[in-house]
Parts: sequence; C-alpha cells; structure tokens
Amino acid sequence: MSDHNHEHHLPFWRKYIFSVDHKVIGIQYGLTALTFLFFGFCLIMMLRWQLAFPGKEVPGFGWLFKNSGGIMPPEFYNQLGAMHGTIMVFLGVVPLAVGAFGNYLMPLQIGAPDMAFPKLNMMSYWVNLVGGVLMLASFFAPGGAASSGWTSYPPLSVIATTGQTMWLLSMVFLITSSLLGSINFITTIVLMRAKGLSFMKMPFFVWAQFITAFLLLLAFPPLEGAAILQLMDRVAGTSFFLPTGLVVGGEALAVSGGGNAILWQHLFWFLAHPEVYVLILPAMGIVAEIIACNTRKPLYGYRSLVYAALFLGFMSFVVWAHHMFLTGMGTFMSNFFMVTTMIISIPSIIILTVLIISLWGGSIRFNVPTLFAVAFLPMFGLGGLTGLPLGFNATDIHLHDTYYVIGHFHYVVAPGTIFALFAGIYHWFPKLTGRQMNSFLGKLHFWPSLLFMNGIFMPMLAYGAAGVSRRLYDPTVYAHAQPVQWMNVVMSISAWSLAVAQLPFIINFFYSIFKGKKVQENPWEATTLEWAAPSPPPHGNFATEPVVYRGPYEYSVPGAPKDFSPQFQKES
Amino acid sequence: MNETSQYYNGFGGLPVDISTHGWQIDKLFYSVHILMILLFVGWLSFLIYTLIKFRQRPGHKAEYNPVKTKLGSYLEVGVALVEVSLLVFLAVPAWKAAKTLRPTGSNVVQVRVVAEQFAWNIHFPGKDGVFGNTKVELVDIDNPLGLDPEDPASKDDIFTINDLHLPIDRPIYIKLTSKDVIHNFYVPVLRVKQDAVPGMVYPVIFQAKQTGSFDIACAQLCGLGHYRMKGAITMETEDDFQTWLSENAPSI
Repeated sequence: MSDHNHEHHLPFWRKYIFSVDHKVIGIQYGLTALTFLFFGFCLIMMLRWQLAFPGKEVPGFGWLFKNSGGIMPPEFYNQLGAMHGTIMVFLGVVPLAVGAFGNYLMPLQIGAPDMAFPKLNMMSYWVNLVGGVLMLASFFAPGGAASSGWTSYPPLSVIATTGQTMWLLSMVFLITSSLLGSINFITTIVLMRAKGLSFMKMPFFVWAQFITAFLLLLAFPPLEGAAILQLMDRVAGTSFFLPTGLVVGGEALAVSGGGNAILWQHLFWFLAHPEVYVLILPAMGIVAEIIACNTRKPLYGYRSLVYAALFLGFMSFVVWAHHMFLTGMGTFMSNFFMVTTMIISIPSIIILTVLIISLWGGSIRFNVPTLFAVAFLPMFGLGGLTGLPLGFNATDIHLHDTYYVIGHFHYVVAPGTIFALFAGIYHWFPKLTGRQMNSFLGKLHFWPSLLFMNGIFMPMLAYGAAGVSRRLYDPTVYAHAQPVQWMNVVMSISAWSLAVAQLPFIINFFYSIFKGKKVQENPWEATTLEWAAPSPPPHGNFATEPVVYRGPYEYSVPGAPKDFSPQFQKES
Repeated sequence: MNETSQYYNGFGGLPVDISTHGWQIDKLFYSVHILMILLFVGWLSFLIYTLIKFRQRPGHKAEYNPVKTKLGSYLEVGVALVEVSLLVFLAVPAWKAAKTLRPTGSNVVQVRVVAEQFAWNIHFPGKDGVFGNTKVELVDIDNPLGLDPEDPASKDDIFTINDLHLPIDRPIYIKLTSKDVIHNFYVPVLRVKQDAVPGMVYPVIFQAKQTGSFDIACAQLCGLGHYRMKGAITMETEDDFQTWLSENAPSI
C-alpha cells in the first residue's frame, strides 16, 4: 500500500496519461473503445444507405465520392464492411469488455491493490492504441483501407491494395496487446486475491474474465502467426496461402505457388471462434453481477454457472470449422464439427437458464442497469438459438454467408454483449466517478435501443433466409433479393434511429461526470469487494487490505440485519 | 416483380426449392425453427411472468433460496435430446444427399465451372465426354481457361460464360474450381452452395425437378465486382438441352 502515499507526487502525465494504475488504464481503454464503437457504427450507417437505396447519392457525404457523382463506389463499400467488422470486434467490444471492464473491476473485485504487472498493463493499452491508429490511418493508404472483409480470406486479401498490409500490421499490434493483457489477468487472479477469497467465492465476473484471458492467451497466437504469414505473402513474395497456377485478370500471377488458401481460414477461425466467447463471457459476467444485486438474492446455481463457463471456454477451441462447412471439407470432418457445435450449445443454455431462474423469488429493482441486463437475456437467447440452424451443416448449405449469419452474430454481440456493457456502465459509473447517471435519460436510452436493435436484426434473419448473401454492394442485382428489398429499408431506418437513441446516453454520460447525483461508495447496496473501496478508489484501491468472509452474492440472508451481507464485512 | 416473386415464399420462408435433395434441408430448417420458437417463447413468457411477479414493491421481500425445482436440468436434457435427434435423423442424411453421394452412370451430366473475377466460365466436355486439358500458360482473352488445342479431347468441348444450361431429371455433377480468388457457387432455388477454391476441384451435385431460368450468385466476397458476379442457370427439358448443346458445339 506504499504506492498510495506517492500518488500526489506524480506529475499529470504520469497520473493520467502514462499511468500504471489499473483504473486509469481501464478508463483509457473504455474511452478509446467507446470512441471506436461510435466510429464503427458510423461506418455501417453509411454502408446501410447503399443497401437501402442502392445507387442513390449519399446524402451529406456525396463529396467523398466526386468521381462517381456522389454515389458510393463498390470498392468503398467493401472498405466500410471490412472496417466495420474489424473495428467493432477488435477495437470496440473486446477492449471495452476486457480492457476497460476487466482492467478496472477485476483487481477491485478480488481485493488487489493493482494488477500483477502494472507496467505491462500500461504497455498493453498503448500497443492497442498504436494498432487502432494504424487501422484508422489505413483509410488514407493508396486504394483505401482493407476491403477483403474482417476475415481477410486470401488470395483476395493478398492481391488487395496497401490498406491490407496496414490491416495486418495493425492486427499484430492488437493481438500483442491482448496477449500482454491476458498474461496479466491470469497472474493477477491466481496470485493476488484477497485473504479468504477462494476461487469459489470469486464473483462470476472475475471467473468470466479469467476464462476469457485463457481464451485470449491460447487463441490469439495462431492468428498473430497467420497475420505475419499473410504479411510475408504480400510483401516478401512467399506463397503460404497462394496455390500454384493463379490467374488474376487474365495474367498469370508471378508467385511461386504451392500454398493453400484454406489454411488461412483454419488459422483465422481457430482464433475467431474462441473470440466469440471473448465477446460474450465478460458480458455474462456483468449481467450476473447486476442480476444478483438487483434481485436482492443469490444467483441460482453459481457453481453450475462457473462449470458451464469453463466447459464453454474449453469447447470453444474445437468448433472453429463450423465456419467452413462449404470450403470442401469431407463428411466426417463436417459431422465432427457439427457435433461439437451442438455440444457447445448446452453450456450456453445452462448459463442462460441459470440467469433467468435467478430472477425467481427476488425483489427486482427496475433501475437502468437491470433493464439492460434483463434485456440481454432474450436478446442473447435469440443470438444463441439462431446459431443452431447455422451449426447444422445441412441447413448451413443454404444459410452460409447470408444475412441470416449477420443477424445471428449481431444478436449475440449487439443487443447481447453491447447491452450488457451498457448495463455495466450504468451500474459501475458511481464507482468510477462518485456520481450516478440520470435514470430518466437512461430509460430514454434503453427502450428505443431495444426497439431499434430488433428493427435491424429481426428482418435481417428473414432477409437471410430468403437467400440474400452478405457483402453485396447492390443486392437488387439478384432476382431472389428483389421481393425482400423493403426489409433493407426497414433495417437501415432502424439503424439510423438507433444512432439517435444513443444521444440520451452520450448526454447523460458527460452530464453525469460533472453534475450527476453524488453518492456514497456503495449506492446499490451490493456485496462484492469493489464497493468496499471509496468512489472513485485512490491509487492502491483500498484504505485497508480487505478480507473476505463469505461468498459473492449473500443477499437476503435469513436472520441477517440487512438484505445484503458484503463479502468484506465480518458480521453480516 | 412477377418473374422474381416465383422465388419468394413469404416473410421468414426459404426460397422455392426445385431440387430433389432440398426438401431435407428445408425440413431441418423448419424443424429447428419450431424448436427455437418454442424455447424462445417459453423463456420469454417465463421471464416476463417472473419480472412482474417478483418486482420490488412494499411488503415484498426477496427469498434467499427460493428455487427447489429441477426444471432447469430437465429443460437442458430435453433440448439436448431434441438436438441429437435433429442431428441424427435430419442433418446427417441431408448433408449426405447434398454433398457426399457422387452420382455415377451414363446418365450423369458432367460440366466444369471455373470461377474468376467476376464471371463464371462453363466448360462442357462435348460428345466425347472428356474434358480437354488446360494450362495456365495458355490463358489469354480468347482462351480464358487456357485450353490446350493440341489435346484431341479438346476439339469438341463447349464453352460459355455466365450461361449454364442443364437438363432436369438427370443427376448433375459440376466440377467447381477458381482461377484467382475464392468464390462461391450459389443457386438458392437448387439449395446448392459451394466454395470455389483456387488449386482445388470440388464437386457440386444436384438434380432439378422443374424447368426455369435462375441466378447463379457468388456468395463469397471476391472483390469490388463481387455483387455483379451473376450467372444464369437454365434448367430445361432433355430435348431443349440437347438442342442447346448442338447449337453451341464448335464446328470441327
């Protein structure tokens, strides 16, 4: 705790910019990630104009496309699509869920003064930022940003413009950052838990971050390797992913050949499927915390939750090829990955069921965090359920690469994870600032968001079932897309309305930082350790080292004087 | 709109199916969706009932350990059993019919389809039933597949671009590959979708029940012209197909 006394001596740039304090780093991650989320959302709003009104001048942004008379050209459309996916996943949701929430809350929830390696933590943020800036800068590369989808399948990505090289370099930075973070998370959780905090007394959020860190640690290196191989294919003339005999635009491609285009997909999806659980596990952690606190009762089946999450994490490494059913894989492999995919649906259903049953018998406070956390349940449910027809290899023959896929994973990540992240922001805002966010503006944020999220993604499922492929600059070229084109208009208008629905949040966020209602350190009367620290916690977190006396969710304990018995209080 | 609506089966439905194997895919699709809808409606009703019943209000207190039921476990086992039966009885046979069974015999129509940015090259073997050799060095504008004129088997081969004619009621065996990047051969009404990967030749097998002209869509992002990589597939009667073949056969 000696660091505590030093904090006043630190100059501004050490305290707020190049800080080693996990809370400052968490906030840096959070603000950066929210900015990227907003930017990524702007990209897709622009793209959705072209989908709703193909070939019409883009209102307000026509000046970007002088050469094509104000109409978005297909190369730009492809850049928007690729960069939306990349930014939302690697610079938006993951840094927010892991970098921000994990960094800020995990050490507090385990009663640690900081992360195990504070300087590594700082480095992880700055490496991430370099990756982000590089990604943004790629829009100004000759030929624009990467345009081969967020999946960057070769050979297309290898023959793409310079933006792809920057994409690969940026990915190397982002992955390095995640690796540094994950080592730090694992070490901290294993070694720095407060006295009395056994693994089975950890809040589920810490478990979620723990498993997530293992996924990041084990899944990201193959993609880092693959990104470097693809980089070599582009700049050093290797042919890891280029088969012999390629003819592009009527000319034989001057490469040695002998590579395999499908190899990249295996390496990519070996990362990108565990990545799905990197996106969803922290969200489940946040929702579990908020539900326990606002139902005023323990979670139903905390142990099943933990075991299900562990099993989920393990299984997420053996399902990756269900993204590749149509790459020509044999029947045996295809059936193998179908079976593992069906198996992984079981722990997901367990987690969802446990969270829903946890509400039973509670005394539910409908504050803004609860609204978002409860809405997460059916929205994630839809996302999970729509994964079933994609996981069956036979139905995937029709649905693969249609908008059904886009609808499916957006239900998981957008009204799923992002709702959970919003719930988390409203819930822990008082801890970060000592002030509460406005509840009316919060509800004004929640209800329209719920409506418009479904306005986007519900028609998208039907649009995909009708057989319309993703990544089409102008889907109306195809006869089967014409009768369902009206859905595109509904989806686009919902997307733009969703943007308007975020205004109350943005206003609320900045207003509450300065003018929000001041609150004590434990305004929600919660039980976990972060609420023992002052709001905001100082450098070093706790005035006295906390000791843990009981499980994380001891609410409404029979015979206790209050309806909550914090982990950190000896007598309840 | 009249011509296009022949594909459309209403909100949430799959397109019309004219293949012999597609019903298995469709049956699985609709069966899974029944399971999904039952689960979702069940969850949602329980959720809403719970939220109302246990809302915070004066005189109502939370209970420490209110749930004694094993309902959750029964639900999980039930879902697992349904998934297993869908997998064993619908998914595995449907995949087998769509992707595994190789048609054999003289009745099979063989054709090569070679994808490139942004067109579909169609290559029929002609009367001799043998595809002529192709070589990368020979590729130019007039010879997009690099056909070897020295090979006697190449003399009667038939080539078209973006125009594939095939007979109904006969097994079709397409040998699919790509010249440059990964494409995907997708015909929604035939329930056929397969990546075309450079360096690999993959089978696409189906049999159609109805005549008609439909779109071949590229379903894998292949560059800036991906969206307009559209071919036409015409399923016609045996007589019409034979007429088309003879009209397009090279004069030797």
